[in-house]
Amino acid sequence: MATLVQAVRLALHYGEEYLGVTDVFGEDVGPPLGGVFTATQGLRTAWNSPLDERGILGTAMGIAYAGGRPVCEIQFADYAFNVIDVMKVAGNQRWASAGGYPMPIVVMTPTGAGIRGSLYHSHSFESWASRLPGWKVVLPSNPLDAYGLTIAAIKDPNPVMLLLPKALMRVKGDRPLPGEPADPDELSKMIDAPVGADRAGWKPRWPDLPEYVVPIGSANRVREGEAATVVSYGRTLPLCAAAADELSKQGHTFDVIDLRSIFPYDWDLISQSIAKTGRLLVVNEDTEVTNFAEHLIRRAVDEHFYDLLVRPRALMGDHIPGIGMNQVYETNSVPQSYHIRDAMRDIAAEAA
Amino acid sequence: MPELNSEDEPEPIGGGPRRRGRTIPPGVAVRTGRETLSVELALTIFRQMVRTRALEDRSIKMSKSGEAYFWIGGPGEEATNVCLGLQVHKGHGPAYDYLHLHYRNAGVMLGMGMSMLDHVRQLGMRRTDPHSMGRNFVGHYCIPKWNVVPVTSVIEVQFAMAPGTALVQKRFGGEGITVVVGGEAGTAEGDFDSCLNWSTRPGNELPVLMLVTNNRFGISTDLHTVHVNRPVADRGIPYGIRAETVDGNDPIAVWHGIARAMRYCRDERRPFLLETMVSRLNGHSSSSGAMRDPAEADPLAAFERRLVDEGAIDEAGVQAMKDDAKAEADAAVVEAMAEPQPTPADVRRFTYADSEVDAVYPGDYTGLPGRR
Repeated sequence: MATLVQAVRLALHYGEEYLGVTDVFGEDVGPPLGGVFTATQGLRTAWNSPLDERGILGTAMGIAYAGGRPVCEIQFADYAFNVIDVMKVAGNQRWASAGGYPMPIVVMTPTGAGIRGSLYHSHSFESWASRLPGWKVVLPSNPLDAYGLTIAAIKDPNPVMLLLPKALMRVKGDRPLPGEPADPDELSKMIDAPVGADRAGWKPRWPDLPEYVVPIGSANRVREGEAATVVSYGRTLPLCAAAADELSKQGHTFDVIDLRSIFPYDWDLISQSIAKTGRLLVVNEDTEVTNFAEHLIRRAVDEHFYDLLVRPRALMGDHIPGIGMNQVYETNSVPQSYHIRDAMRDIAAEAA
Repeated sequence: MPELNSEDEPEPIGGGPRRRGRTIPPGVAVRTGRETLSVELALTIFRQMVRTRALEDRSIKMSKSGEAYFWIGGPGEEATNVCLGLQVHKGHGPAYDYLHLHYRNAGVMLGMGMSMLDHVRQLGMRRTDPHSMGRNFVGHYCIPKWNVVPVTSVIEVQFAMAPGTALVQKRFGGEGITVVVGGEAGTAEGDFDSCLNWSTRPGNELPVLMLVTNNRFGISTDLHTVHVNRPVADRGIPYGIRAETVDGNDPIAVWHGIARAMRYCRDERRPFLLETMVSRLNGHSSSSGAMRDPAEADPLAAFERRLVDEGAIDEAGVQAMKDDAKAEADAAVVEAMAEPQPTPADVRRFTYADSEVDAVYPGDYTGLPGRR
């Protein structure tokens, strides 16, 4: 079973071979490292850029102007903040030129906490990204979705930001990628560069995987239930699913929706679920002031005010400047499994 | 002589009487030092400078009359801009030059053959504006068929994008180069150094002509109060980039400066940093009044005096050229302002390109997801 980061790599390989990807680049993206999370190891078109995030996105835009299909990486979302005006420009190019220049670029960047990354390797970016009109923003929570969303991001002729949950990079899924070797060790031998050895002569042996697309804007209901609707994505999604499993033993069943796309988001699925349950909890780990969850709650209030049985709510990260290194800081900054379980139990148990 | 870009080649020079052969015998040229231009080329440049000035003057008038909300442009940069526009290899795709311009480049576009009308359509915010459908400030050109990528008001970001088009051109082969233009104030942004750095990666040097038009001001701030008192061209030294500073107000010097830089980029497939010293005749923009600054040297007036003094054209010929240009600008305004404005239905158009993998927006943006 592939890990999430292997799935991204396999999708990028598919993109190079079949979808016209011309460049996969960023800091440490090319050989010998192949990305700090190994997302780009062994890729034919991968190359190392200068340590310059603005140059990375700007160059991706230039490649796209000239007809290329670039995938670039910002090494951590924490380092994307100095690029935000270039992102704004990338998102407006087609609109600003009244259709003159489409902008088929993919920017991938690891987001969120969970790897003990302290202040500068733990930031979430999806709320910022949601405020970039013209972009599409996706955030998988498992390897199969990562494979399908990466291929969708490449195929979409608009700027797509692929946010990758750091904490889940090396987590295996419960659904295999189509065509992947049954033996996970075999996959690793085929596509993972040897650690600690000379990689100069190493070449991956790519398994022949077919195209698999998770449509942008389509969420996935990973648990079905009646007590409440729980919307999440990324690191917190599997925690919500696990909490739903635990609480089902106490008689509370939940619709747990893996949003997968931040924008466009699957409002139809959320809306249908709220109409059924009358209760909405949104869970993410971004800081809580002007958080993307607030937009979903605004729409829930606007469009489902009379369907709601209890107040809709969001469980989010604390509005503090960073996540501290000592685990006391992290576990008390961003939602952990017990916070999520308690919040789900509370919303299910609250008297209507 | 390089092939010239022009709207309707070959064009008569303004229609006015020319004193052919009286003072200047055939084949004789105008010169600065050891550099020369043929009379024919000098008059072509002069005519495009006159047209550019007429268009800018008319544009300023429009911003003051209320027909337009805002003006920004390049009076004082005509010599540099026209000499660039006339030497661009114009076309679509990596075989031709890519242009990452800033917002003072009307002369480049007229030199390339853009009509005055297409400039005024943007200034007048018409739906027919081919650059942005009435969405962007004036001078924010975008012409995909000529590789002119959208101009932004965000200072210097174009320098971060230029290596991308140049990278594709380097792989493609041929003579196509990337031209990126900005002012000297913008060189304070890191994006300027991004371009220097990304175009000099060993083994991956890129054919980028970085043109810095130095008018010595960033809005109101004097260059020498915020930058070291050295040529901007020196910024190329640590990167080993060939660089030069030329008088951007002298069409003879700047024509040859651009020609040298372009030839180097085309042949060597390496970057060149060219600084041209220019004037800023009407301040930063309409936000500072767009009033004529008498302290600034006027490259158009200076070139006119030289051409008349040397007998390349007479006063009547100059006047006829100016009258023609003014009439052309006036007619463009009349025509553009009679054209339709964008409609509310246009607001969301061209946000997204069609996608076969998007469940919500297979076509363009239609409002929030799921809203019907």
